[in-house]
Amino acid sequence: MARKPLDYEELNENVKKVRYAVRGELYLRASELQKEGKKIIFTNVGNPHALGQKPLTFGRQVVALCQAPFLLDDPHVGLMFPADAIARAKHYLAMAKGGLGAYSDSRGIPGIRKEVADFIHKRDGYPTDPELIYLTDGASKGVMQILNTIIRNERDGILVPVPQYPLYSASISLYGGSLVPYYLEEEANWSLDFVNIRQTVVEARSKGITVRAMVIINPGNPTGQCLSEANIKEVLQFCYHENLVLLADEVYQQNVFQDERPFISARKVMFDMGPPLSRELQLVSFHTVSKGNWGECGQRGGYFEMTNLPPKTVDEIYKVASIALSPNVPGQIFMGVMVNPPKPGDISYPKFAAESKSVHESLRRRARMMTDGFNSCRNVVCNFTEGAMYSFPQIRLPPRAIEAAKRAGKAADVFYCLKLLEATGISTVPGSGFGQKEGVFHLRTTILPAEEDFPAIMSSFKKFNDSFMEQYEGYSRM
Amino acid sequence: MAPAASVAVENLNPKVLKCEYAVRGEIVIHAQRLQQQLQTQPGSLPFDQILFCNIGNPQSLGQQPVTFFREVLALCDHPCLLEKEETKSLFSADAISRAKQILATIPGRATGAYSHSQGVKGLRDAIAAGITSRDGFPANADDIFITDGASPGVHMMMQLLIRNEKDGILCPIPQYPLYSASIALHGGALVPYYLDEKTGWGLEISDLKKQLEDARSKGIDVRALVVINPGNPTGQVLAEDNQYDIVKFCKNEGLVLLADEVYQENIYVDNKKFNSFKKIARSMGYGEDDLPLVSFQSVSKGYYGECGKRGGYMEITGFSAPVREQIYKVASVNLCSNITGQILASLVMNPPKVGDESYASYKAEKDAILQSLARRAKALEDAFNKLEGISCNKAEGAMYLFPQIHLPQKAIEAAKAAKKAPDAFYVLRLLESTGIVVVPGSGFGQVPGTWHIRCTILPQEDKIPAVITRFKVFHEAFMAEYRD
Repeated sequence: MARKPLDYEELNENVKKVRYAVRGELYLRASELQKEGKKIIFTNVGNPHALGQKPLTFGRQVVALCQAPFLLDDPHVGLMFPADAIARAKHYLAMAKGGLGAYSDSRGIPGIRKEVADFIHKRDGYPTDPELIYLTDGASKGVMQILNTIIRNERDGILVPVPQYPLYSASISLYGGSLVPYYLEEEANWSLDFVNIRQTVVEARSKGITVRAMVIINPGNPTGQCLSEANIKEVLQFCYHENLVLLADEVYQQNVFQDERPFISARKVMFDMGPPLSRELQLVSFHTVSKGNWGECGQRGGYFEMTNLPPKTVDEIYKVASIALSPNVPGQIFMGVMVNPPKPGDISYPKFAAESKSVHESLRRRARMMTDGFNSCRNVVCNFTEGAMYSFPQIRLPPRAIEAAKRAGKAADVFYCLKLLEATGISTVPGSGFGQKEGVFHLRTTILPAEEDFPAIMSSFKKFNDSFMEQYEGYSRM
Repeated sequence: MAPAASVAVENLNPKVLKCEYAVRGEIVIHAQRLQQQLQTQPGSLPFDQILFCNIGNPQSLGQQPVTFFREVLALCDHPCLLEKEETKSLFSADAISRAKQILATIPGRATGAYSHSQGVKGLRDAIAAGITSRDGFPANADDIFITDGASPGVHMMMQLLIRNEKDGILCPIPQYPLYSASIALHGGALVPYYLDEKTGWGLEISDLKKQLEDARSKGIDVRALVVINPGNPTGQVLAEDNQYDIVKFCKNEGLVLLADEVYQENIYVDNKKFNSFKKIARSMGYGEDDLPLVSFQSVSKGYYGECGKRGGYMEITGFSAPVREQIYKVASVNLCSNITGQILASLVMNPPKVGDESYASYKAEKDAILQSLARRAKALEDAFNKLEGISCNKAEGAMYLFPQIHLPQKAIEAAKAAKKAPDAFYVLRLLESTGIVVVPGSGFGQVPGTWHIRCTILPQEDKIPAVITRFKVFHEAFMAEYRD
């Protein structure tokens, strides 16, 4: 019988190579168990609303009014919506010819891109061009688009931190490029080691790889570290000398839980450093409405900002964006509201400020609770979650556990995470999904479960972990 | 110091450089510049507004959304409204209960959370029920992947199918250039089959077979057949026996059938109706495992025209479990499609029914839009056919007219001198004289030596006479200038 085109063997190999553990084996097993009636706590993905975080009211009010403009004509609308939400809805409807139902400009609604530009200017102190800001259906689509533009063939390499958010490894596989890993130093708070990075690049080049770009994730995912200004300077200088485009994933910029290293954008540091670097280094920066205090993952709203890309390259990126016609308009409006939120003096400001503060401070408390909770467990060492939404504890698995995993045909951390899931219902992602040094195991969980559930979750984890360690580390029968 | 490797056009992915998308290409960029010029220098051009007839974007030209759909979406966007007393007087009761029902299927009622990567299960159930009701054959929620518009689904399938430049996909010419662009982006080969303009853009199986064999003889491994029904840009609705032949052809030749059915609710003739390829295949006795078929639908077209929401789905049947896992895996990298679009897809496939409070107004809105579209299609078709050197097939469905312009030799030479394709030259002159934006036929493909333009039927009905007049004036002047 002739091979059919969609037989497994006939598929695009690049697709088969893709791995995305965040919704991989552990998640699928957890979903199965959930169907069987087990209570599952999903901590596999940064999905705040799924774990009870409430949306910020103002954004929802504005989008609902834009969705159903007939409300604006009703005399009672002022009873149901505050005046500034009503005004803001009208502001966005005026920008969007045809309202929420029309394809916008393929780069996003110009007025909203201007709001993003104003936000960036205010944040960094340097102006930026709205024409070089493209809105996308989530930051992921923007990352994929830029990587697809850069990668020509398997000899094009992209420097990616390890551990990394596996969107990068998956996209590089899909587009047939090479991932050039640079290891973050766990003992030094997941910092970058430039001696190591330079060595990595030399090795890659000796194998015929053309290293084209460097990815930084700041704050880090899964690692949470916030880069210092000095670190970012080193990154910029490195990219400048090695002629790499810097891809700065800054989606967690609003999630910072310590005061020593506040968020500073790669763009700001670059302009602080001045010419010639600031005029020549190519940079693409990514942001989203899915994280921060907003957590509006389901809206799929994001943007990328291009700096120092040649006009012809921008034209090509525009061309590809136009094939997808336009990013979804409600997501664009969420982006507008996020970068241009209620200000002191606005009617909605007190509520907005209180809601945001509450989310932020709770996340900060949970970051601390989780780190401390893990560090109190046997054979578990955990760096503090300085930013983002995750905890990435190192699990020092005893040799007998590693052997048991091997016998079960599983990677050691997958084995541990499956047992954790079955015992406690906590669904995590094994560290191998993000990359880690050989023989060192981790898991990624989120700090997102509701604060009141934390003590029970951490104690459930500790109970499982300590008895797992007892089981596999207990005295051997000699 | 490393050799220059920075990201410049010389070292971009060549597949990106190769792909093209005329619907928002050069002519549109030029139109946007002219639009800006009208703002900064009013009166500087022979028209006072740009009329975008290049893209199937109904609501940007004044079409109103379906009220019931927007009521439900607003309530789902801001569920707090459901707790307010005033809501009952502002929203219809069935919109309120549908919103509640939808929120109950979303875990935690959290419309801001990433959903299952195929889309919320309850919404897929509603879509599957809608498909079953439409076709009379069962559909399965597990076969459905809700996407940000139909286009990402098309890209996913091209990615899956195309391994290298020897993998070919059969595409109709003329075609919607998403297909040519996607095939180029994924590095495959477009294998054209020509629709026959003389027979109302008919599809001949003999031509399909000829193109297939031709491609194979050149070492191309032809993997799939794209059929757009109703057609874009051509508007034809396939006859049922044509559809039987197509299914048989795919079965015999081992091709995946990619059925773009986004215009399924845009039919303007009484003697044709939409049959989904799934329905056709099932009614021929082909079951679940007999034929790999992917059917695409969207919330952007029909009578709902919700382009900006980016909602759509693909229904995949006839694929093995390992292959479905791969499709799921690729979908999961993007986590999920936007929730509003997902909800809208479930509403489109499961709209108000007889007896529902909103049914009467929903039906009135739907009928008004579809009847108006049918009238506009006819008005524009007749107008084109009255002009010298223009022949225009009927738009049986979809949202476009694709008239053939028989350009005089002098015009073709003028185009050459201006370094433009003749139809692009014509379209540019049309834009500069009238402000009307259409897309040259070369953007869709056409029999060499023939020239077309694609014009939407979407300007509001009261604007159509003015559009026709402006076009007529331009065309007559153009022909006077270039007549042989």
